[in-house]
Amino acid sequence: MRDKVMSIDDVIAQIEDGMTVGIGGWGSRRKPMALVRAILRSDLKDLTIVSYAGPDVGLLLQAGKAKRLVFAFCTLDSIPLEPLFQKARQGATAEFTEWDEGMFQTGLRAAAQRVPFLPMRAGLGSAVLENDPSLKTVTSPYADGPGDYPVLVAVPALKLDVALVHMNRADEHGSGQYLGPDPYFDDLFCMAADKAFVSCEQIIDTAGLTIDAALQTLLLNRTMVTGVVETPNGAHFTDCTPTYARDEKFQKAYATAAKDDEAWTAFETRFLSGDESTYQAAVRAFAEEIA
Amino acid sequence: MTDVTRAEICAIAIADCFAEDGEIMGSPMGLLPQLGARLAKLTSNPDLMLTDGEARILAGVPPLGSSTEIVEGWMPFRLVLESTVPYGKRHVMMGATQIDREGNQNISAIGPWAKPDRQLLGVRGAPGNTVNNRTSYWVPKHSTRVFVEQVDIVSGVGRTRAEAAGPAATKFHDVHRVVTDLGVFDFNGPGNTMQFLSVHPGVTVADVQAASGFEIHAPAEVPETRQPTTEELILIREMLDPRLLRDREVPPVVTG
Repeated sequence: MRDKVMSIDDVIAQIEDGMTVGIGGWGSRRKPMALVRAILRSDLKDLTIVSYAGPDVGLLLQAGKAKRLVFAFCTLDSIPLEPLFQKARQGATAEFTEWDEGMFQTGLRAAAQRVPFLPMRAGLGSAVLENDPSLKTVTSPYADGPGDYPVLVAVPALKLDVALVHMNRADEHGSGQYLGPDPYFDDLFCMAADKAFVSCEQIIDTAGLTIDAALQTLLLNRTMVTGVVETPNGAHFTDCTPTYARDEKFQKAYATAAKDDEAWTAFETRFLSGDESTYQAAVRAFAEEIA
Repeated sequence: MTDVTRAEICAIAIADCFAEDGEIMGSPMGLLPQLGARLAKLTSNPDLMLTDGEARILAGVPPLGSSTEIVEGWMPFRLVLESTVPYGKRHVMMGATQIDREGNQNISAIGPWAKPDRQLLGVRGAPGNTVNNRTSYWVPKHSTRVFVEQVDIVSGVGRTRAEAAGPAATKFHDVHRVVTDLGVFDFNGPGNTMQFLSVHPGVTVADVQAASGFEIHAPAEVPETRQPTTEELILIREMLDPRLLRDREVPPVVTG
C-alpha cells in the first residue's frame, strides 16, 4: 500500500489558482486550520471555497484568497457571527452563493455519487432560488399520488477540485479516523473532490487505529484520500474533541481583533506572518500570557 | 406561587407548541425554546425527543446549560439534514430576525442580498425546515424591526410563497405558531396571514399592534395566554432553570 504522507507545503503545491476547494468540519469545529493558514501564506488566488463555514472562510476572505464562496451559514459557534465573513459580505468583496445547509449536503452527495444533480424539497419557495439563478427545478417522472408529479429542486453536484479535512488520527495510507461525536461531512467532501488531503493530529500505525476506538470511527478509507499530513494542534483554534476543545480565549481574541483594522494588523503580524511552527509557538506564548 | 414572570409565561406558551406533537424530535433553537421544549417533555408530551443541540439524543431532561444526561441515541448534523428533516418527524422552533405578515422569516441578512447592510447567520436550514417540518418561531423582543411588511431575504417560507412554489412545497408545510414576549400567534388569519391566538397577561392587543410593522389580524376576542400550573412553575424554578437564565432573555415583568 502506498505511503501518502506529505508536508503542508506539498499539499499547497497541489492547489492551483482558480480551483474549487472544499473545506471539511462545521463552523468552528474540526477545521483543517493548519492547511488554511498555509493557503493564507501562499500566492494562491481566485479560489472558490465550499464550506460549512467558520473561521476558515473568514480568514480566506480577509486575505483575498476567495473569489467566490458557497455557504449556508458562517459562524464561530460560541460567537454566533463570523466578523471577517460579515465584513466581506457587507463590502461585497467576493462573490457569494448561499444555499440551504441540507441542499449543500445533497450537492456534495451528488458529486460524490457522480450524478449531475439530486432532487430535494429544500429551497422551494425561499430566496435561495432567487439569489442563485443557476439553480433549477425538476419535475418528477413518477407520480406522488394520482396526477401529482411534484416539482423539486434539482440540487447540482458540488464538484470540488480539492478537499481539505482534519481528522484526529490517520495512517500513512490515508485511512482517516474521527474520535469526536460528529463526523460532519468530511467523507462527502473527500469523495466530491478530485484530490483529497487529510491533515490529522497524529499519524499512527494502521493496527493502532482500532485498538481503542470503534470501527465506525474510521470515516475515510484510503481510496478517498490523496495525501496525509500530520499537523498537531492543526485544527486550532477550532474544536477537535476529544483531543482538544475549541480555544475560546484565542477565538475571542481573533473575533475582537477582526472588528478593527489596526487590531487586525497586529493580530496578523503576531500570529499569521510565519509558518505553522511559528504560529503554534505564538499560540503557546498567548496561552502563557493570559494564564 | 405568585409573581409569575413574563419569561415563565413565554416558557409555558412555548411548551404548549410541542404538546400535541407526539413522538417526534423537537429542535428548539435558543434558550427559552429549550426551556419550553424540556418543560413539554416533562408535562404534556413525554414522548418528545430532544438532543443536546449537537450529536447526542438525551434520554432525560437536564437543566438549562447542562447536557449531562443518559444518551439514548446519535444525531450528528448529517443525520439531522439527510434523515430527520426530510423524514419529517420533527418540530423546529427557530429564531427570526424578521417575520412578515405572510409568515416568511429571515435569519440571513438585513438589506439587499447582493450587498447586505448587516450580514447575519445565513439562511442555514430554514428553507428545508419550513417545507419539511412543523415550524414555530420564537421572538424574545416583539418589535417593529422584527415584524415587518416584507422580510428582506426569505429564509423560512410562509404559506403563500409555498403555495406559489407548488404542491411539493406545501405537502408538509406547517408553520405552526409564533411566540413572542407579548403574545402567541399563528398564520390562520385571512389569506394565511398572521393572527392573534393570545396576549400575555398585562399586554393588550393595542400594545402588540403598536410593536408590529403591520396590522396583525385580531379576532373579536383575544384571550389571555394561560397561567402556568403549580407543577409547571416548580419544574421551571426548581429543576429546569434554577439559575434564572430565562430572565436574561426576557426581563422580568411581574404579572400575577
